[in-house]
Amino acid sequence: MILDSKIPEGPLAEKWDKHKFDVKLVNPANKRKYDIIVVGTGLAGASAAATFAELGYNVKSFCYQDSPRRAHSIAAQGGINAAKNYQNDGDSVFRLFYDTIKGGDYRSREANVYRLAQVSVNIIDQCVAQGVPFARDYGGLLANRSFGGAQVSRTFYARGQTGQQLLLGAYSALNRQVAYGKIKVYPRTEMLDLVMVDGKARGIVTRNLITGKIESHSAHAVVLATGGYGNVFFLSTNAMGSNATAAWRAYKKGAYFANPCYTQIHPTCIPVSGGHQSKLTLMSESLRNDGRVWVPKTVELAQKLRKGEIRVADIAEADRDYYLERKYPAFGNLVPRDVASRNAKLVCDEGRGVGSSGLAVYLDFADAIKRDGLAAISAKYGNLFDMYAKITDENPYEVPMRIYPAVHYTMGGLWVDYNLMTNLPGLYAAGECNFSDHGANRLGASALMQGLADGYFVLPYTIGDYLAKMPYDKVSTDHPAFKEAEQNVMDITNRLLSIKGTRTVDDFHKALGHIMWEYCGMARNAEGLQIAKQEIRKLRNEFWRDVKVVGVNEELNVTLEKAHRVADFLELGELMVEDALQRNESCGGHFREESQTPENEALRDDENFAYVAAWEFAGVDNAPVLHKEDLKFENVKLTQRSYK
Amino acid sequence: MAGSNPNAKPMDLTLKVWRQKDRNTPGQLVTYPVKGVSPDMSFLEMLDVLNEDLLLKGEEPVAFDHDCREGICGMCSLFINGRAHGPERGTTTCQLHMRHFNHGDTITIEPWRAAAFPVHKDLVVDRSALDRIQQAGGYISVNTGGVPDANEIPIPKTIADKAFDAATCIQCGACVAACKNASAMLFVSAKVSQLALLPQGKTERKTRVENMVAQMDIEGFGACTNTGACAAECPVGISLENINMLRREFIAAKATSENV
Repeated sequence: MILDSKIPEGPLAEKWDKHKFDVKLVNPANKRKYDIIVVGTGLAGASAAATFAELGYNVKSFCYQDSPRRAHSIAAQGGINAAKNYQNDGDSVFRLFYDTIKGGDYRSREANVYRLAQVSVNIIDQCVAQGVPFARDYGGLLANRSFGGAQVSRTFYARGQTGQQLLLGAYSALNRQVAYGKIKVYPRTEMLDLVMVDGKARGIVTRNLITGKIESHSAHAVVLATGGYGNVFFLSTNAMGSNATAAWRAYKKGAYFANPCYTQIHPTCIPVSGGHQSKLTLMSESLRNDGRVWVPKTVELAQKLRKGEIRVADIAEADRDYYLERKYPAFGNLVPRDVASRNAKLVCDEGRGVGSSGLAVYLDFADAIKRDGLAAISAKYGNLFDMYAKITDENPYEVPMRIYPAVHYTMGGLWVDYNLMTNLPGLYAAGECNFSDHGANRLGASALMQGLADGYFVLPYTIGDYLAKMPYDKVSTDHPAFKEAEQNVMDITNRLLSIKGTRTVDDFHKALGHIMWEYCGMARNAEGLQIAKQEIRKLRNEFWRDVKVVGVNEELNVTLEKAHRVADFLELGELMVEDALQRNESCGGHFREESQTPENEALRDDENFAYVAAWEFAGVDNAPVLHKEDLKFENVKLTQRSYK
Repeated sequence: MAGSNPNAKPMDLTLKVWRQKDRNTPGQLVTYPVKGVSPDMSFLEMLDVLNEDLLLKGEEPVAFDHDCREGICGMCSLFINGRAHGPERGTTTCQLHMRHFNHGDTITIEPWRAAAFPVHKDLVVDRSALDRIQQAGGYISVNTGGVPDANEIPIPKTIADKAFDAATCIQCGACVAACKNASAMLFVSAKVSQLALLPQGKTERKTRVENMVAQMDIEGFGACTNTGACAAECPVGISLENINMLRREFIAAKATSENV
């Protein structure tokens, strides 16, 4: 099958406007005849659901949490980018587009990213109108900061909880439509299968997480806004419940999964403290604006430090290696996330890591406190310092923070065209769930922007184009396709419950995470990836032979929920490895050791790999089929990223 | 892998955990010993350890709500030794670490207790009443698109900061659990204050406060008697001032109400 991205003709800056005019419209009086299912209530899902309902469509909204307001967008700290140029410092739609394409290491679509930059300005207007309390200056106008290495101040923020405030805005818009009767919310409900009727996505099968009831829901279109799959690694900054099941079950129904190996490992997380660790906590990237990253110059000093024979303060200035400032004098501590993470791994691999595990580097604020004063640093980062102290029992005002990279975001996801529709007609994917805008590496403050762009300003246009061509008829949930999908869900559930093995679901999940982190983490090579493939298959077979799931389906059964999710992770992990294997180049967050410059920087191979890898399911134990969408760059020149 | 504090010794604890099969079955406290708890563990990681042990014995794990484990999603709850979110002030259960307990301690763990929060199972309660209160008016009526440029609505920083303080509520329900009357006033007042303070929210301030308070009453939350337990136990420090503001908003709205 040829992948048609459906990018509109014409100059880059005019594509979206032209497309908005070209798409078919649904008559306002007819919108109420269409039902749309939206799975997930994060920024993309909640904003899409609310906007669809405002337009007049009937919406069913699903989330596994007990309230839509808890979706994991809520945990985003830093901010949201927009090309407002309020600071008069040279920003523009084109610059935001350019930075995002470059930041993604030239592995995303020009047209999508340009549209993202265009609608970014509308997002801020929308959120302010909803009452989102962005940071303001004394004159009462909005404040901005530079974020994630950007050369302009285009990031809008709400203290350290921009994600929560934006999500509460979208949640309030959703609530308003619930009150109007245009949206029905199904909390504590998990999608377990997609239903295709006559080649079109026409509904989903869900499990009620309180009663275990398996139910079918029919609609004219289905939107998946179910987030990323970082929890394949077991330890990540994702929420405990974040999972890939909805997207994965859609993949198994024929939707293509694009660039699964593109994973973002965030450089500033609190290091692992022990085998009991259940998740990792991110410390906002904004800390790198003032903190200096270093490790001891020698392995000997690092060893003494780890054994507790010396303290941090005993290490002379001359014995400290501020390795980011040394290697990248132009960007210093503000290099992009992938570069900062890989360098932390490098110095730890050399044996210069700190903390008792040796898997940490310092982020030191001593100089910033000396320069700006304790009060100024506390005003900027107080809540982050408090959080750090709460978790580690150390005072970051006095001793440097210890940080280490952790899985944070997945750029890959369901393949979508310019309309955000997957290759399955009527099935859309939005936000982190799709692959579309971040290429091989996402820039800071871009995830919130993309989620809200998709939900507020892209899908409401593009979904109308599809629905306008659809008959109004509803498909009954008695249709054989629904019954078959329900049966499929029951079969998987019964199989999981009947194994009655000896190992817990978490035990398998940790084992998978270990394989992924070891072989498909910050650095990858062909040999390791081959090992990973075998190990994952072995583990998956073991899972289906020996997993222990207690209880029954007809109750709140946390183990059963997790078992479904981990069963899917065990398949997705293999696809990630497969994708990492075929991409024999380094780009963004995907670092193949075989493809690096003499200075150990990522080396792209534009001649052979400037494409999107979209995978088609061919059976669990069969090799998936690779489809390639070539990326064309007409408005930017591909250059080797350099932050020296 | 060693912890951040190599001198911290593992602890043995006795847990008394509320077990309840479902909404209609009476529950009871069940005692479980847990051994070798690292002081670096979070409270929920300690429960993970208990649950892995229970699973290996073929017993049902303890059900509890949690998600982000970063103190922001508001999904975790737990009444620990008689305190909502446990003994540490300004901390959600997921951010509570075991270093605040001692070897040999007995810890009692119960769900949120309120008529408006029926128990689903064990420590998991139904907080959908809070969503319904939000649906009754916790929003500004704007459709997507057609809004003014963000900087056309200047807001004095002091007002913006005050609105922000109110907006930090994570909707966990600790205020209800901490209140002897199981009142949701702190929660409702946070939303009412945030939107009443902002110029964007002023148009609907009267109907908003009337409708949200009416829904709060319908849901079966108790009356507020100004004990202040809610603000003392709030993990994100929502201030009692919001309740004062709600009262002023409510009286002003009622005095000129168009709803009869």
